[in-house]
Amino acid sequence: MEYEPVIGLEVHVQLKTKTKAFCGCANEFGSKENSNICPVCLGLPGSLPVLNSQVLVSAAKVALALNGTIRNFIKFDRKNYFYPDLPKNFQISQFDMPLSEHGYMDIKVDGQAKRIAIKRVHLEEDAGKLIHPEGTACSLVDFNRAGTPLLEIVSEPDLHSPEDAYVYLSDLKLALQYIGVSDCDMEKGSLRCDANISVRPVGQIKLGTKAELKNMNSFKAVRTALEFEFKRQVKSLEAGERIVQETRLWDEKKEATFSMRSKEEAHDYRYFPEPDLPPFTFTDADIKGIRKSLPELPKERLGRFVASFGFGEKDAAVLISDKELADFFEACLKIYNEPKKIANWLIGPVLSHLKSNLSFEALHLSPENLTKIISLVEDGTVSNLAGKSILAEVVETGKPPDTIVREKNLGQVSDVDELKKIIEEVAAVNMRSVDDYAAGKENALMFLVGQVMRKSGGKANPKIARDLLAERLKKT
Amino acid sequence: MAISKEEVKYIANLARLGLAEAEVEHFREQLGSILGYIDKLKKVDVSKIIPMAHVLDIKNVYRQDTVLPSIDPQKVLQNAPSREGQFFKVPKVIE
Amino acid sequence: MNLNLLTAHELSESLRSAKITSAHILSDLKDRFDKVEPKVRAYARQPFFKKSSSRNSVDAQLNGIPVSIKDNICSDGDLTECASRILSGFVAPYDATVVKKLKEQGALIFGKTNMDEFAFGSSCENSSFYPTRNPWDLERVPGGSSGGSAAAVAADEAILALGSDTGGSIRQPAALCGVVGLKPTYGRVSRYGLIAFASSLDQIGPMTKDVRDNALLLKVIAGHDKNDATSVDIPVPDYVRSLEKGVRGMRVGIPKEYFVEGMDPEVRQALNDAKAKLESFGVQFGEVSLPHTEYAVAVYYIIATAEASSNLARFDGVQYGFRASHKSVEKEPALISMYKQTRAEGFGQEAKRRIILGTYVLSSGYYDAYYSRALKVRALIKEDFDKVLGEFDLILTPTSPSPAFKIGEKTDDPLSMYLSDIYTISVNLAGLPALSMPCGFTKSGLPIGMQILGKPFAEEDIFRLAFAYEQNTLWHKMKPKL
Repeated sequence: MEYEPVIGLEVHVQLKTKTKAFCGCANEFGSKENSNICPVCLGLPGSLPVLNSQVLVSAAKVALALNGTIRNFIKFDRKNYFYPDLPKNFQISQFDMPLSEHGYMDIKVDGQAKRIAIKRVHLEEDAGKLIHPEGTACSLVDFNRAGTPLLEIVSEPDLHSPEDAYVYLSDLKLALQYIGVSDCDMEKGSLRCDANISVRPVGQIKLGTKAELKNMNSFKAVRTALEFEFKRQVKSLEAGERIVQETRLWDEKKEATFSMRSKEEAHDYRYFPEPDLPPFTFTDADIKGIRKSLPELPKERLGRFVASFGFGEKDAAVLISDKELADFFEACLKIYNEPKKIANWLIGPVLSHLKSNLSFEALHLSPENLTKIISLVEDGTVSNLAGKSILAEVVETGKPPDTIVREKNLGQVSDVDELKKIIEEVAAVNMRSVDDYAAGKENALMFLVGQVMRKSGGKANPKIARDLLAERLKKT
Repeated sequence: MAISKEEVKYIANLARLGLAEAEVEHFREQLGSILGYIDKLKKVDVSKIIPMAHVLDIKNVYRQDTVLPSIDPQKVLQNAPSREGQFFKVPKVIE
Repeated sequence: MNLNLLTAHELSESLRSAKITSAHILSDLKDRFDKVEPKVRAYARQPFFKKSSSRNSVDAQLNGIPVSIKDNICSDGDLTECASRILSGFVAPYDATVVKKLKEQGALIFGKTNMDEFAFGSSCENSSFYPTRNPWDLERVPGGSSGGSAAAVAADEAILALGSDTGGSIRQPAALCGVVGLKPTYGRVSRYGLIAFASSLDQIGPMTKDVRDNALLLKVIAGHDKNDATSVDIPVPDYVRSLEKGVRGMRVGIPKEYFVEGMDPEVRQALNDAKAKLESFGVQFGEVSLPHTEYAVAVYYIIATAEASSNLARFDGVQYGFRASHKSVEKEPALISMYKQTRAEGFGQEAKRRIILGTYVLSSGYYDAYYSRALKVRALIKEDFDKVLGEFDLILTPTSPSPAFKIGEKTDDPLSMYLSDIYTISVNLAGLPALSMPCGFTKSGLPIGMQILGKPFAEEDIFRLAFAYEQNTLWHKMKPKL
C-alpha cells in the first residue's frame, strides 16, 4: 500500500520590538542571565501588564501578509499551567478569539503550486529559559526571555511531504524577514517550529492518528525529522501496529524521534479573559493603514523582477531569496542601469563570497563599489578575470576598486603598439600555429590569442589582441 | 451538587495543591455545598446577555515601545529560596 | 493632647504652622501602639517608629503624616507578606503606585496592617500571623479583610490607613470598627503593586477617622497610572474642596432587596434614623429595586475565586517566599512535589478552599456553566445599578447585615461567612464607588455602618452626603475603651 503524510506546522516567532510585550525591559538576546527583568516580566506580586503598542501592529502586519482576516475586537486570555520558566504560572495568550484566521500562503514545490491554509495567528508572551546542568539534581531559570512578544502561526494539515514543510517554512521566514518583524533565527530561538504528522493510505480522506514532533533546531531538521517520522509510522502500520497520539522529540545526533517518556497530563488550561488588559480594537481604517504600510513581499518582488528585468524565474528567485540581496541589487541598479549584468555578478561571484557570511557590510561591499567593478570590466579597463580578483580584494580589505586597479596594475593593455610588440614575440615562437592558421585552421587563432594573454599577464585586451593578431596573420 | 473525591484530587493537582486524604473529603463536602448555592444562577435567563469581562468601558490602553531601566537583579534574587549565581534554582525539571 | 488621636487634616495644620513635628506624631503613635497593640494586634509586624519624610515641602499634601498600609500593598524594601506563610520573608523590590504617590506627598509609610490571608475573608481570622481583634470588643472580629487597617484607625494606633476591597474588604471592617472606609470606582486608583486577589474587582481605598481625611487621602492616591491598564485617565477632582457643597435636593435610592431577611433589627433601626436625619437636610429618598441582588454572592464567588486561582498560581516557591523542604513522592517528579508541598504548607485553609473552587469553575467542561454564566449575570447586576443611578444620585444601604460577630463564630461555615458580604459584593461587581461610615451603635456598644453608593467616578457626591451627615452626628467622635 502507498501512504502519504499529512503535516501541519505550528510556528512560534519572536517579534523584534525594542521592548517586551507587557513591560519596558529590553527585548534582546544574549544578555547576562536575569538582567533584562522587572516586576512585570517576573510576574512579581502586584505587578500588572500593559501592552506594547508596536506588538499589535507587527502582528497585524504578519496576519495581513498571510492573507488572514483581522478581528476588529481583540482580547487576551490567560492560559494556566505550572512550569518554572513561566513566572506567573499562566501565560498571557489568545484563546477563542485569535488576532487572525483564514489565512493562507501559496508555495511552489518542484514546480507545483500549492496553497497552504493558515488556521490562526495569535499573540502571546514567551517564557523564560531553563538550563539543566549535567550531573546535578537542579535546573536553573533565566527570565530574560520571559515576556518577549511571540506570534503563533498555525497551519492547517495541508502539507503532504517533508519538502512541502521545508518550502513552507522557508517562504514563511522570508515573508517575515521582508516585513521586518522578526529575525527568524532558529539558532537563537527567535523562530521555533513544532510539527504534527500523521499518515494515511493514498486516496483515504480520514486522517490518521498524529504525533507531535518537537525539538527541531533548523528547517533541515524539520524536514529530516518528518522524513524519519513518516517512515516510522508507515513501518508501524505495515507491521499491523497502531499509532499512538503522543509528543516525540527529535534527536539530532541519532537522527530519530523518541517518545517523551514522562507521562503527559491531560491539558486543562483553564483559559479565561485576562482581567488586567482591557480589549483592543482595530477599525477598518486601522487595518487599511497597516495593509498600506506593508512592504513589498517576496512573491510580489519576484513577479516584478521577472516582468521588469526579463529575468528567468530561477534567477529572480535567487535574488529575492534574501531581502538584503534583493535590496542590494536594486541599490546597484540605481547607480548602474544594467540589471542582467548586476544580477550575473550577484548570483555568481558575489553570492559565493556571501555564502559563509550573509552580510554585505561584513564584506565591505557597497552598491557603489560593486557597480564600479562591473563598469571597469564593461568599459574594458580591466578584464573579466581581473574584475573577479578586484572583488576578492574588496571583500578582503575594503579598499576602493580604483585603488586596487592602480596598486596591482590590473589595467588592461589596449595600446596597439604595445600589443603589436607582444604579438610579434608570440608569433616568433609559435611559427607552427601561424602556419596552421594560414592553412585555414581557424582554431590556431584562438590559441595564439591565449598565448598573447598569457604573455601579457592577463592584461591584454582580448578583443583588440584578437583583431591585431588576425590582421598580422593575414600578412603572412 | 455532589462532587467526587476524584474530582477534588484532579482539581488539586491542576492547582498544584498537595492535599491530605482528610482534606480531600473536607473540601469535597464544602465545595459541594458552595456549588449547590451557586446553582441558583441557573434560574437566570442569560440567553441574550453578552459576558461582561470588564466592568469599565475602556479600550486600547497601550504602552510606547520605549526601553525602561530593568530592576537590579540582586534586589529580586535576595528573595529567592534557592539560587545559583544570578539564576533561580529549582529541582530538576524532567524534560 | 496625644497627637495619635487627631486626624490627618488636624495634624497637617499643626505641622504647617510648626506647632508639632512628625517625630512627635510617631512618638505618640508608639506610646499608643505599646499600650493597645498587644490587645488589638492590628499590625502585621512592628511599624517604623523612626522615619522621616523623603520629601519636605509645605505644599506636599500629607507632609509628615504617617500612613498605615495593608500587608498586600508593596512598598520598596519592606516586608509585604499578605499575612500568608507562602509569602514569608518577601521584601517587595518596588513601590506600589499608591505608595509612590503617598511618598511624593510627603507621607511616611508607617507600617503594614494585618489582614485575612490574601484578602480572603471577612473577619481577619484567616491571617497566618494572628487574628486581629475589634477594639470595641476584643472578643469580636474587626471584620475583614482589611481588619488590621480598620482596627488600627479605630484604636488610634494609626492616623490614616489604606485597605483593599474586592467584595467589601474595606467597607465591612470600617463598619464593624466604626471608621470611614471608601472603595473607589474600579479604575480610580491604580492597582499596580497591590497583590492581586481578583483583578476585575480589587481596588485600594482610604480608611480614616472622618470623611474629610478620607477625601484627602483619596485625592492623593487616585489618578491614572500608566502601569495599570485598567486605571482610568480622567481628572481627579478636589474632593476636600467639594465636601461642603451641601446635599439639599440630592436624590437617594433605598433598594428594597437589601432590607429583607437576616438583617439585624438594630442595624435596620440605625439606617432608618440616618435616613430621617438626611431627609431633614433636604435629601429626597425613594425606594428602588435591584432585582438581581440575590445572585450577587454566587456570581462573586465564581469570578473572584476563578481570578484568584490564577493570580495565586505564581506562589510556587521558585522566585520568592516560602519553599517547603519537599520530600520526593513516589513517581512524582521532584519539581511537582516541591510545588505541591510548598503550596500545601504555604496556604491557609481559606486560600486553599478558594483556589480549589476557582480552579474547578474554570476547568474543562465547566467554564460555560459557571464562569461564562457568572460574567453574564454580572452584566445584569451592573444594569440594575445603571438603571437606578440614572434616576438617583446615590444609593443608601447598610454595610453589613449585622455588627461584629464573635471570633470563631463563623470559621467552620464558609457559606455563612460569604453571605455576610451580601451588601458590599454587588458594588464590586458593578465597579461602583461606595463608602461605609458609622451611623450608630448597638445597645451592647458595637458600631453600625451605613453604605453610600454612587455613580462611577462620582466619589464627590458620596463624600458630600457623608460629610453632611457626619457634621451633624457624633458617631465618629466615639472612641473604644482600651
